[in-house]
Formats: sequence, C-alpha cells, structure tokens
Amino acid sequence: MKQNKLNRSTGGNIVVILFLLIMGLFTAFPIYFSIINAFKPLSELYLFPPRFVVYNPTFNNFKDIIALQSQATVPMERYIFNTVFVAVATTVIYVFLACLAAYPLAKHNFPGKEFIHKLIVFAILFSTQVTALPQYLLMSKTGMLDTYCALIFPALGSSFGVFLVMQFIGAFPDDVIEAARIDGCSEFGVFFKIVFPSVKPAWVTLAILTFIANWNATGTQVIFTESLKLLPTMMNQITAAGIDRAGVAAAVSFILMIPPMVSFILSQSQVVETMAYSGIKE
Amino acid sequence: MKKTKRPSLLKYTESYLMLGFWFVFFVFFTLIPIGISVVISFTDYNMLQTPHFVGFNNYIRLLLDDEIFVKSLANTLLFAVITGPVGYLISFIIAWFINETGRGIRPFLTVLFYSPSIAGSIYVVWTYIFSDDSYGLLNSTLLNMGILKKPIQWLTDTNYNFYVVIVVILWMSMGTSFLAFIAGLQSLNKSLFESAAIDGIRNRWQELWYITLPQMVPQLLIGAVLTISTSFAVGAVPAALTGNPSTDYSTHTLILHIEDYGNTRLEMGYASSAAVILFIIMVATWFVINKGVRSLGKD
Repeated sequence: MKQNKLNRSTGGNIVVILFLLIMGLFTAFPIYFSIINAFKPLSELYLFPPRFVVYNPTFNNFKDIIALQSQATVPMERYIFNTVFVAVATTVIYVFLACLAAYPLAKHNFPGKEFIHKLIVFAILFSTQVTALPQYLLMSKTGMLDTYCALIFPALGSSFGVFLVMQFIGAFPDDVIEAARIDGCSEFGVFFKIVFPSVKPAWVTLAILTFIANWNATGTQVIFTESLKLLPTMMNQITAAGIDRAGVAAAVSFILMIPPMVSFILSQSQVVETMAYSGIKE
Repeated sequence: MKKTKRPSLLKYTESYLMLGFWFVFFVFFTLIPIGISVVISFTDYNMLQTPHFVGFNNYIRLLLDDEIFVKSLANTLLFAVITGPVGYLISFIIAWFINETGRGIRPFLTVLFYSPSIAGSIYVVWTYIFSDDSYGLLNSTLLNMGILKKPIQWLTDTNYNFYVVIVVILWMSMGTSFLAFIAGLQSLNKSLFESAAIDGIRNRWQELWYITLPQMVPQLLIGAVLTISTSFAVGAVPAALTGNPSTDYSTHTLILHIEDYGNTRLEMGYASSAAVILFIIMVATWFVINKGVRSLGKD
C-alpha cells in the first residue's frame, strides 16, 4: 500500500520536533515578553528578580498613552490617521500599478522586455535603506520632502511586487487570454476583466506585504513637521523619554503589531500560494 | 486573427502604456537614485554650493583617511557574512522542518517564525532583555542564579554588543525569503518522492539533496536576492539597540555612516561614494551566489 510517510525515521522526527521547539521558543520569547510588558503595572516592570508572568494585569499603560497624548501638541488621532492613510494609499496604488505593469511583462512581447526583466530582479537587491540618501536628494530638489508624497512615492518604485505578480501571471493559461482577444477585448479589457480577477492570490499577497512594510515605516528622514509624523515615530519619541515610559512603550508596540499580524494570519494561505511562483526562473 | 491585423506599433503602445505608470516611479525612485549616487560620488556636492568634480578624491579619503568608514565597512561585511548565510540557512531549515510537520500545525508555525520580521519595531524589546543595568532580564536572571557577580553591559561593552546585534538580526531573519521557501516546499511534485523511494532514496537527507533542492532552485535564488538586500542594509537594529553612534563605533555600519555624512553633515558627494562602494559589494555578492545556487540544479 501507498505509505503516507516515506523515509521518515523516528530519530529524524525527534530532531525536527526538537529543533522547531528550541527555535520556536527563541522566536516567541521576546514577543511574549513585549506583550506581557504591555499589561504590567510599573511596579512589576522593574522587579528583581524578574517575573515571567504578570501578577496584576492592568490597562493603565494603554490609558497612559491617551494621557500622555493629551499633553502633546499633536493629537493621537493625527498620528494614527497618517500611518493608516500612508499605508493604505501606498498599498492600493502600488498593487494597482504593479499588476498593470506585470501583465505585459508576463504575457506580451515588446522590444526591451528581456532587459526590463533583468533590471527588475537586479533592483530587488537595492532595498529602500540603501537608496535612501539619493532619494532624499531627489525629493529635496523636487519639493517633495515633508509631504505625504515623500512617504508614498518611493515605495511605488519598488520592483519586488512587480516581480511577484509577473511570476504569478506567467503561470496563467495563454489560451484564456487569447480567447478574450478573439472576443474583441482590448489589452486593457483582458487585464481588467480576465487577468486581474483571476490572480487574486497574487495581489492579495502583494497588498499584505506592501501594507506590512509601510505600516512599519518611520519616515524620520523625510518628514519633519510634527503633524505629518507616523505612529512608529511617535512611539520612538515615547520610548526615548526613558525607563519610566517602558510600560507605555510596550503598550504602543503591542497595538502597532496587531494590524500586520492579523492581516498576515487572515491571508496566509493566499500568500503561500503566491510565493510558490516567486522563484527566479530563466 | 484580430491580433495580427493590428499595426505592430499600436500593440507595443498598449504594452508600454500598461508598464509605463509603474515604470515612471521605478525610474525616478530606484534607477535614478542609484545613478545619481554614482555621479555625485565624484563631486564635492554639499547641497549648498555648486558641486565640483573631484575625481576619486572621495574614495581615496574614505579608504585612507576615514577610520570610521573602514570600521563600518568591516562591520557591515562581518554582519553580512555571518547573518546572511546563517539566517538564510536557518530560514530554509525551519521551512523544511515545518513542511515535515502535520498540515494542521503548519500555518501556526509559519506565523510564529515570520512574526519578528513583520511586527514592526517589536525588536526594541531586546533592549529590555539585554539592558545594561541589573534590571535587564538577562542580567537579573544571571545575577539571581549567581552566575554573574555584577551586571554585564551587553549593549555598550564592545566585547559583547556586536554579538547582541547578530542575535537580534538572526531572530528577525525569517522574512520574505522564508515565505518563498515555505511555499516552494509545499508546491513540490509529490510523485517524485514516491518514485525516488522505489529507486533507493533512504532518508530525508538524501531526499533533500537529490529531489527537493534541485526543484527549489528558483525559490533559493529569490531567497538569496532578498537575503543580500537585507543583510548589507543593517543599520536600524544596531542603532536602536546599541545607540547611534555606538561605543567606539563598535556596531557602526555603512548605512549609518552614509546617513551620518549625508543626512546630518550634508556631505552628499562623500556619503555617495560610500553608498557606491556598498552597491558594488552587493552586486558582486549577487553574481557569485547566483552562480553557486544555479549549480545546485545541474547535478
């Protein structure tokens, strides 16, 4: 009979479980700590010896965020709006532009296509940290510094998303596209009516990855006006105030980590489906 | 067919138009920045005065006259050489082992290992774990157990802080490449494993070497690109943990050096020459690794 598990020794299974357990604990421990710190009263945060559980869980740290903010010049809602607006706007625009660009790159033939393919893979090497300085220079010369554009536009120039969707569309059957063309669809029609709806896992994945990256953006080098600053920057300002703010800082980072975590958990199966096509073939 | 009747130029116009919207941003925010770095690295541009061409002066000054640059270059290379391959390998092993577990637990494990790289600035919790005073989690635990007599300055003592940064970077190394590995492993051709068992493959090690890895070359390549892209861009983590600048620049990196000279001192020409050196190292690394990974598929 066909066996479910081929070539699987008990010894090997023990190694697998042990390794995952050790690495899992190493991974989870700091996250666990930052979560429980958010619910610790100040008296428990700096106990000697430290405690690995919370005795008197409290929401005071969360209340303190609001209290701290009521003294600030810029209301809390403004930072939240900035971060949500920038993350959502970047995601929506980038997903649309990247899918639109990925379609001809995957399915059309035009002069320069091979070169652009190579350029795209090559450009993945250059992360935004590496190109930050010349981008800053460009934006200062075009008056984009200290505006929402400085936060949104550089992310739109990323090539990884285009690469991801391009690989996924590449696996889409050609005869479906050809049939739509025979029915009289223009290339834009083919894209909007056939391709875009069919590659939903790809753009869901891209949306999630873009959202996560931009949700965590600090923008400290391109934004100077307090009312345009982002939530993580505000958090850094709280943390920088010293150890008596440790509880508040933990509460803020707990809140900040929820949107990316939840969005990834909800979309995981589509992300994994898409990433299967993400390899570099030739 | 309708397609062939169309004038070819019009067909290209549609393709270029669809590509064009994104391509404008790509050119303006990715290609041109790389290009202008190269150009202004040969000038004394400082954003205030008219730039002059200075030849290789910036590069000569970097290499011969700037001890902090040499230090941060060495640190960047050391961080990349350690965290790049180790992080890549751990990502693959964890993805491979997760694939060995049951279907039910896989999504949970994937979220767990991926979470440090998406949970934003959560890594600052490590400053609490490695805090220099006796209230730091590690110090107080070790003091309490009697292993230490007095607290170790994990974040400021130059004997330790480099390793602390490495630990934290490795903790965050299960990123997008990890997802690509997970996905690649789940989409492998199952029937190959059955026929391989008949052909005499005896254990998972042989399975990995002879069946899995050759099929995974595309994912391994994109993983390599993404790993190079992050492991040479180390900067935010040491700055947050060990301060910026760190004690004796012990964890200073090229990214931090570029920021310091570019954004703070506005010596754009000089900072750009450091950026160009970083670009060259990254591209060279990619060419070497690209060759290496591709040879895996050829056996």
